[in-house]
Amino acid sequence: MAAVKRRPFALSWQAKLITVLVVIYALYAAGQLDFSLERFHAGLGHAATLLARMFPPRIQQPDTLWQGLAESLEIAVLASVLGILVALPIGLLGARNLMPSWASWPARAIVALCRSLHPVIVAILFVKAVGFGALAGILALAVASVGFIGKLFTESIEEISLKQVEAVRATGASFANVILFGVLPQVFARFIGFATYQFDSNLRNSTMVGIVGAGGIGGTLFSAFQRFDYDFVAAILITLIAIIMLGELLARFVRAVFLDNLGFDTILQRRFDAARGLGSKPLTRAEADE
Amino acid sequence: MTAPATTMSGSGYPRVWQRYTMGQRLLRFALYLVVVAAIVQALRSVEIIPEFLYDAPEQMADLLGRMWPIDWSFYFEGVHGPLMETLHIATLGTILSVLLAVPVGLLAANNLTPSRVVNQLARLILVSSRSVNSLVWALLFIAIFGPGPLAGTLAIAFRSIGFVGKLVGEAVEEAQRGSVEALTATGASKGAVLWYGYWPQIRPAFWSIVLLRWDINVRESAVLGLVGAGGIGMALDTAMNLFQWDRVAVVLAAIFAVVVVAEIVITQARKRIL
Repeated sequence: MAAVKRRPFALSWQAKLITVLVVIYALYAAGQLDFSLERFHAGLGHAATLLARMFPPRIQQPDTLWQGLAESLEIAVLASVLGILVALPIGLLGARNLMPSWASWPARAIVALCRSLHPVIVAILFVKAVGFGALAGILALAVASVGFIGKLFTESIEEISLKQVEAVRATGASFANVILFGVLPQVFARFIGFATYQFDSNLRNSTMVGIVGAGGIGGTLFSAFQRFDYDFVAAILITLIAIIMLGELLARFVRAVFLDNLGFDTILQRRFDAARGLGSKPLTRAEADE
Repeated sequence: MTAPATTMSGSGYPRVWQRYTMGQRLLRFALYLVVVAAIVQALRSVEIIPEFLYDAPEQMADLLGRMWPIDWSFYFEGVHGPLMETLHIATLGTILSVLLAVPVGLLAANNLTPSRVVNQLARLILVSSRSVNSLVWALLFIAIFGPGPLAGTLAIAFRSIGFVGKLVGEAVEEAQRGSVEALTATGASKGAVLWYGYWPQIRPAFWSIVLLRWDINVRESAVLGLVGAGGIGMALDTAMNLFQWDRVAVVLAAIFAVVVVAEIVITQARKRIL
């Protein structure tokens, strides 16, 4: 009996074909983009020099650094607020289960337009319109926020249960009251979720719009790069990473408070238990995930 | 959730129903206060030059006026090539990032790598990759490899590691234990458990992560050229520096079209694959 060795779970020929095609594409694209091993080798040497010049990080102009950071934070806060304020009505208008189609289509078109262009490109246009400075950054990030929050807000309104809306409407409530008591409580939790996410994202992007002159730390970073002050670059980057991580922690804390009903009493209780050596059991989902 | 706080009356029945306890309300109130304080502080200290704001409509009209007869003939001359380069940067960057991110994501998943130290180390890599913006990654790689698409591709790849790795790790952590335990019981090797136990479970999530990231990368690679990392951003930068706004309009239209096409592609691909 000829033992035919067959692998029971061999790759199907389609999977093999796709793998081969991906590899061929990667080689073709790499050729198109002029990648070569010599460049890579040369680059490794440059990388060593770069790293050597980046460390130890040095804060050359502390004032510039702090001003830039403060401006970035201001841009992030104001852009989030402005974006949310504009996005809520537009998102509401875009919900097809509550609004007639003549209202929802334009709202959806606006949101799609805001989403389609990268914040930096929008920032370029606003720099031309309102000049260099923080205002251009605020407006650009607000446009991006409208795109993101508007889309998610519309989607979450479309997923609500209409029973509560009908119940409120049956009491003779006005349209505003239907929205306020029938719709908003149902989407509040998800709203907190994507508002904190958007703030986080605005914080990241606010450090970048400065590259095109729209205010914030990005301008400082870019000019440090152009002056080859790599130790200052390293210092800025480390500060940025620290701030972004702090922002992430803050966002997680806000979600714990609003979504998992974290309270002062819970925090105190946990501290108390830990001090007595009881060991705190994970109280909330948000706490448990990190 | 927590039990609602109630005020007991003499008879033992609650008279007033409150949704949140005192501590919860205090914390919420404190957060609202912080938000308002942050807004007020930001409004007070942000530097906005009102004169610039007043003539914004004028400037905008001027901009549109300069853009208007859009120089479509410029498309084949100077936009088509960079546009293709942008797509290559986005796609190659995505492929590269998947290759780099999957191992890190697997190391970050607690059920697959039962070592707290390794998990945290992998998560640190993922967080730092996400915290540095793609433009900053591009600047770093330009300093290393010189201006050009190589820097752009690597920037896209390194920026995507955090996103892909985090989501792959979470997908692995959510996988059902049943088939994994069955495979382990047969004495399957670690690789076999990974390939036959986890991969079929995370496959839909994996493809949707890759497609989503590709879509984001197409958008991001369009701006990388502004700092010199290749692609259509270089054409945009040149046209803007020369104040050729009619050409800028062509580039913006091209970017817009590519973004829309990418979105249609991923929607169709999701329907097919998932």
